[in-house]
Amino acid sequence: MTSMTMIQAINSALDVAMGADPKIVVMGEDVGYFGGVFKATEGLQKRHGKTRVFDTPITECGIIGVAVGMCAYGLRPVPEIQFADYIYPALDQIVSEAARLRYRSAGEFIAPITVRSPFGGGIFGGQTHSQSPEGIFTHVAGLKTVVPSNPHDAKGLLIAAIEDNDPVIFFEPKRIYNGPFDGHYDRPVQPWSKFAESEVPEGHYTIPLGKAKLVREGGDVTILAYGTMVHVAAGVIAETGIDAELIDLRTLVPLDIEAITSSVRKTGRCVIVHEATKTSGFGAELSALVQEHCFHSLEAPVERVTGWDTPYPHSLEWAYFPGPVRLGEALKRVMRD
Amino acid sequence: MSDESARPNLRALSLHVPEPKFRPGDAVDFSDFAIPPAGSVARPDTAVDAGEIKDHVYGLIRVLDEEGRAVGPWDPKLAPERLIRMLRHMALTRAFDDRMYRAQRQGKTSFYMKCTGEEATSIGAAHALDRDDMCFPSYRQQGLLIARDWPIVDMMCQIYSNRGDRLKGRQLPIMYSAKEASFFTISGNLTTQYPQAVGFAMASAAAGDTRIAAAWCGEGSTAEGDFHSAMTFASVYRAPVILNVINNQWAISSYSGFAGAEATTFAARAVGYGMAGLRVDGNDALAVYAATEWAAERARGNHGPTLIEHFTYRAEGHSTSDDPTKYRSAEEGVKWPLGDPIARLKGHLIAIGAWDEDRHAAMDREVAEEVRAAQKQAEKLGLLSDGLKQPFDSMFEDVFEEMPWHLREQMAQMKAEREAAGL
Repeated sequence: MTSMTMIQAINSALDVAMGADPKIVVMGEDVGYFGGVFKATEGLQKRHGKTRVFDTPITECGIIGVAVGMCAYGLRPVPEIQFADYIYPALDQIVSEAARLRYRSAGEFIAPITVRSPFGGGIFGGQTHSQSPEGIFTHVAGLKTVVPSNPHDAKGLLIAAIEDNDPVIFFEPKRIYNGPFDGHYDRPVQPWSKFAESEVPEGHYTIPLGKAKLVREGGDVTILAYGTMVHVAAGVIAETGIDAELIDLRTLVPLDIEAITSSVRKTGRCVIVHEATKTSGFGAELSALVQEHCFHSLEAPVERVTGWDTPYPHSLEWAYFPGPVRLGEALKRVMRD
Repeated sequence: MSDESARPNLRALSLHVPEPKFRPGDAVDFSDFAIPPAGSVARPDTAVDAGEIKDHVYGLIRVLDEEGRAVGPWDPKLAPERLIRMLRHMALTRAFDDRMYRAQRQGKTSFYMKCTGEEATSIGAAHALDRDDMCFPSYRQQGLLIARDWPIVDMMCQIYSNRGDRLKGRQLPIMYSAKEASFFTISGNLTTQYPQAVGFAMASAAAGDTRIAAAWCGEGSTAEGDFHSAMTFASVYRAPVILNVINNQWAISSYSGFAGAEATTFAARAVGYGMAGLRVDGNDALAVYAATEWAAERARGNHGPTLIEHFTYRAEGHSTSDDPTKYRSAEEGVKWPLGDPIARLKGHLIAIGAWDEDRHAAMDREVAEEVRAAQKQAEKLGLLSDGLKQPFDSMFEDVFEEMPWHLREQMAQMKAEREAAGL
């Protein structure tokens, strides 16, 4: 076990996976010699060679299109989209191609691609370096969507995603690359080394896709979260003393429905929290599922605490971000009912 | 804009909107259509620096002259047996198209697309490639499968979405997939296959393999971002790939001017990427063969990709859902100055004494009979029109390798609802 930041854990996952399978290639803007703008691919080109880890032209459509063609040859590409905000030019190749190959060719061709992309805000990135577009991808048949919340999970989930035979969108919450974030932006960042989840095995291990993690047991209300919001929720629970059960979904598709329903049936209350905009966000899907599966157990309306339905504003970042104040208010509301 | 905002001392801007020369009812006159003589374009070494052959993108490689002779440096000097095989593949493709078009008109399936007039662009290319070179086709390259002797019954079953359809009735007719024939699953979204072909070629090169890749798109869809992404990737990594543009003049009802043909050729797109570009008479099977052979040799020698524009004419509608008489002159196809690819190859074979009218007529009868027999066999496995042939469960299969709970739940729900409704 070594204490790693999330970046180091992701780097280790790529390194371990590439060492085990020569079919894995890593590509993207600035990922080669330089090692990526967040340094997630640092040292990989030196260790695995220029034909397996290389820089690409700045065309996300091209990056994913080329990855799909590499799959037809038998490779398992792990392209990086530098920011999730840049992923839209690649949408057609992801949605109409990678996600549909298996189906439309009845299994003749598959797309075992893992698209890594830093996402989410809280870094003063403005509207083009802060978005959380996971709901666009969870809506697409044939895609899996994964969001880790700590170094240990990031490595295990990333290796599992790379070894999966279906395309996976792997969103990395960049606000917590170097340390967890409880939403108190005015406080100094705590490094990962102070937290148990930074203890990462150096070798190969996987965390199965589709399995949520029970972060904290509680009896009064279930909080469903993923990515950065897991830490915001944990902070609010500690501050308010509410006996909340906190579930880190980790994988959005396929979703661990069992973990959700068994918790909500127990607590009778549910608060969903994500950073993405509210309307048609993944929280809407979660809310509908809770209502469908747990209607008779609910003692209060399901609450969603999300980013507002606006572009991500630069100077008003902390008014947009669904931080401790907003989550605290939501918890109070559901507990009143 | 209102008058107040006009600035009378400055010249008013005007917007140019392209307009094809001939519309329905117009008399067609191609007399200003300059056809370079066959044999007039030089054939450079396949290792040539792309910068040295920039003129090729504005020329037109032609091998067959007006008398049916094969002339000039691009003559691939193929044995008559090979030429006859190519002719037969083109004739079979045309017979297949005619039959399947009629099947759609008879209501046996939902959709069909012919490649009439463009047969040489697929069949000439397929003959010049190795059988394991990976093809990333668009939707009008049925000739590739036929040239690779893929069973036409299998293609028909796909068109009928019947019990014999390996694709389980999931794809629009003609969106084939045939991995064994090194033929990638056809998308329907345009030019997505271009960067994919480049990716395959890059992977093959990185592996030290010998297989190359080839992609096809129409001139209309060269406007897509995917085209330009692919060109950039292909050029940057010198990918062993052949990128074909089938310039058949029409993208449904939009003539090639809406993809930039008024300004330059499609082969000229190569110049900006520092890529070799060739422009070929697409109705001349020997020229298509020769250009593909050149590009393949260039790719195999690690000299990089080639863009080939195949200058041809879409002799029929875009698809069975299209009526070209509504937007173009019917005379265009009849008077097309580059003729018909089958007639031209036939003329050449007759000119060299390897063929005659009787043998041609016999071949036409044979391919028609082959198609008829295949159709009979395919129709035994059902038609799209006579009820669903795929098990309902199959709808939920292959979305993922393993079916997740939400799809299992939806499958069960579908069954329960159908049962409750007495279906």
